[in-house]
Amino acid sequence: MPETIDQIFVLLKHWLMLHVPVALQPLCSAILSVIPVLLVFPLLFAITTVLERKGLGRIQNRYGPNRVGPFGFLQPMADGIKSLTKEDIIPRSADHFVHFLAPVLLVIASFLVYAVLPIGRNMVVANLNAGVLFFFAVGSMVELSVFMAGWSSRSKYSLLGAMRAIAQMISYEMPLVLSSVVVIMAAGTLSTVEIVNMQATYTGIFPHWYVFTPWGFTGFILFMIAATAESNRCPFDMPEGESEIIAGYYIEYSGFKFALFFLGEYLGMFATSAMAITLFLGGWAAPLSVLTWVPSYVWFFAKLLALIFVFIWIRGTLPRLRMDQLMNFAWKFMLPMSLINIVGAGIWHFMPAGFARWLIVSLIIVLSCVLLSRSLRRSKLFHARVYRFAS
Amino acid sequence: MLGEGILKGMAETARNFFGSYVDKDRLTTVQYPEERLPQIEATRDFPFLVYDGTDWEQGMRCVSCQICEKECPPKCIYIAKSADKKPDATGKPQFYPARFDIDISVCMSCQICVEVCPFDAIKMDVDFELSTDNRFGGLLLDKKQLSKSNEYYNKIHPTEAAAVDAALADERAKAEAKARQAAEAKAAAAAPVAASVAGETK
Amino acid sequence: MTISFLLLAAITIIGTAAAMSLKNLVHCVLALTLGLVGLAALYLQLGAQFVGFTQILVYVGAVAILAAFAIMMTRSAEPTKTNESSSFGLSGTLIALIVFAVMAWAIYTGTSALQVAAPQPEASVHQVGVALMHNFVLPLEIIGLLLTAALIGAGVLAMEESRRAR
Repeated sequence: MPETIDQIFVLLKHWLMLHVPVALQPLCSAILSVIPVLLVFPLLFAITTVLERKGLGRIQNRYGPNRVGPFGFLQPMADGIKSLTKEDIIPRSADHFVHFLAPVLLVIASFLVYAVLPIGRNMVVANLNAGVLFFFAVGSMVELSVFMAGWSSRSKYSLLGAMRAIAQMISYEMPLVLSSVVVIMAAGTLSTVEIVNMQATYTGIFPHWYVFTPWGFTGFILFMIAATAESNRCPFDMPEGESEIIAGYYIEYSGFKFALFFLGEYLGMFATSAMAITLFLGGWAAPLSVLTWVPSYVWFFAKLLALIFVFIWIRGTLPRLRMDQLMNFAWKFMLPMSLINIVGAGIWHFMPAGFARWLIVSLIIVLSCVLLSRSLRRSKLFHARVYRFAS
Repeated sequence: MLGEGILKGMAETARNFFGSYVDKDRLTTVQYPEERLPQIEATRDFPFLVYDGTDWEQGMRCVSCQICEKECPPKCIYIAKSADKKPDATGKPQFYPARFDIDISVCMSCQICVEVCPFDAIKMDVDFELSTDNRFGGLLLDKKQLSKSNEYYNKIHPTEAAAVDAALADERAKAEAKARQAAEAKAAAAAPVAASVAGETK
Repeated sequence: MTISFLLLAAITIIGTAAAMSLKNLVHCVLALTLGLVGLAALYLQLGAQFVGFTQILVYVGAVAILAAFAIMMTRSAEPTKTNESSSFGLSGTLIALIVFAVMAWAIYTGTSALQVAAPQPEASVHQVGVALMHNFVLPLEIIGLLLTAALIGAGVLAMEESRRAR
């Protein structure tokens, strides 16, 4: 019985496919796999917007929105109607074609990455052999759309915001990819389905998730920080800093295009969280072997909601990082840490199982982290400012 | 320890989050329009015209002297004096305003009209929920909309209204006393004349 | 010559042709990106998953952004003027046709010699990795050295400005 509930969507799809003529089966199979993604994740986006506003409100000792619907949970509907009925203003000197394509490309890239994420047992849209690589490749198309948005608006502020956004995204792509390399090394495959399958085994009641190893834990933390930076969330929301550059690269967008940017950003956040869950937190696997009767997709979404809550929590806690602090953090701390993490994972792989490898790998990682942070703090020497053009 | 500040901050926000559900003192939000904060007595929003008694046209204190219209800084008051006179609360025939319009979209609540009115006819109201969707006259209040009773004035500004009522009653008493004295003097002046006339005819 | 191949080839050719002939520079970069994506799709159609996705990751994610940054840094606010039409139209077309004819003849005669289809090698990531580490380790190390030299050069270029300022 638990197996039936677990596989209910797969069985439903098989049953539906029986009613389709053989010639159309590949097409229908593809459509039936894609429709749940298109339905579930925008719904999750709507729920997340209201959860975030209420969560931030409670953190700041106030109610969130509580007028529309019970406890304000129909607020996304009001937001949707508002963004649909707003006038679509395009600056007169803007590049209309590129201006139109930028949010389209963002949403396309954001939706496309969900193809390789396993939502449950046997529930993945496309089981690619190079799934993780596909994820990062398509995810890097977001930067192109940011450039298109910033450039086509023909406004100094949007151009400035676009440059900062792209610089930030490119800087944090390196630690993102490198911290996922440890998992690829340990699993020996680039396929997301295989990676989750390897984590779905248990010793006793404890799972084999990669986050429960020293290199996995470090990788998880680095991946989450880089994911926060990739989707321009606080504390890395310098490109869209609401109090400074107002909306950065999407300042000239109004109405539904703005909503599409919002959607693309949140979908990117969900996608990187889902990838973190797949790589480090065991995907759809239950945390304890006694809990495997709960369906796999329930675990996946529970973990996703937990990570979203952590994102909202961090947003309510931390102030915004300055541009130079951001870049220094990426290149001087996170990149060396991810490289050392890879070394640690390699050592882990070649040492026999036991206490020794835990100790050594943990020592390497912790020591390098402490030394790096100490040296970075010390290098803040204050010297007299020299002006290049003023005498 | 590295990251200690961040962890302490996160603990603080978590405490805020869970505390806001448990501890009612944390949420200082006033759920308008279901709850409203009480206003202090000296609150002022837009002017209104005071009338004594029950008939707003008869009991209106305003005698259309137009001082408030002249003193109003943004010139939001428009008064048209009447042609005839009607008796006011003390019985004396006075002019009355045929039109008294205040444009409250212009009014800046400076209270100068209240300060200069010699008849305590215009006072400050405390009603602020005056939004309307009529763009072309919804915020232009006419004489009828502006007239509110003295009881209402007592309700919204108790101490002020009590002082005004006392002053008005004082004035009225003085006027009555003067009138009685004049009547007595006239009666006394009329009586010796009548006696002398009566003495002459004898 | 399946439909998908024709479609992808059309996308690639249109993209790269537009990259040459469009007037607005940013449009050219975006059209070039489209051509590169078409190329990546062609790799994927041939079964080379690793190369296809790496093409997207590197070219669209990095090279196109590099070109975009170059445009942003050098031509800030004003819209690009229309390019004057080149006076080498006729001879340019002629040379292009000659080069195309030579390449087409080379490819045609070269591939027809290989009519015996060699067994399709597995192009999985594992195979690529093994080949890199066993057969091609020397080119790998040399490329690594080259990239290190490029990084150091970039660092020196950026650093020299601040040193001159002092």
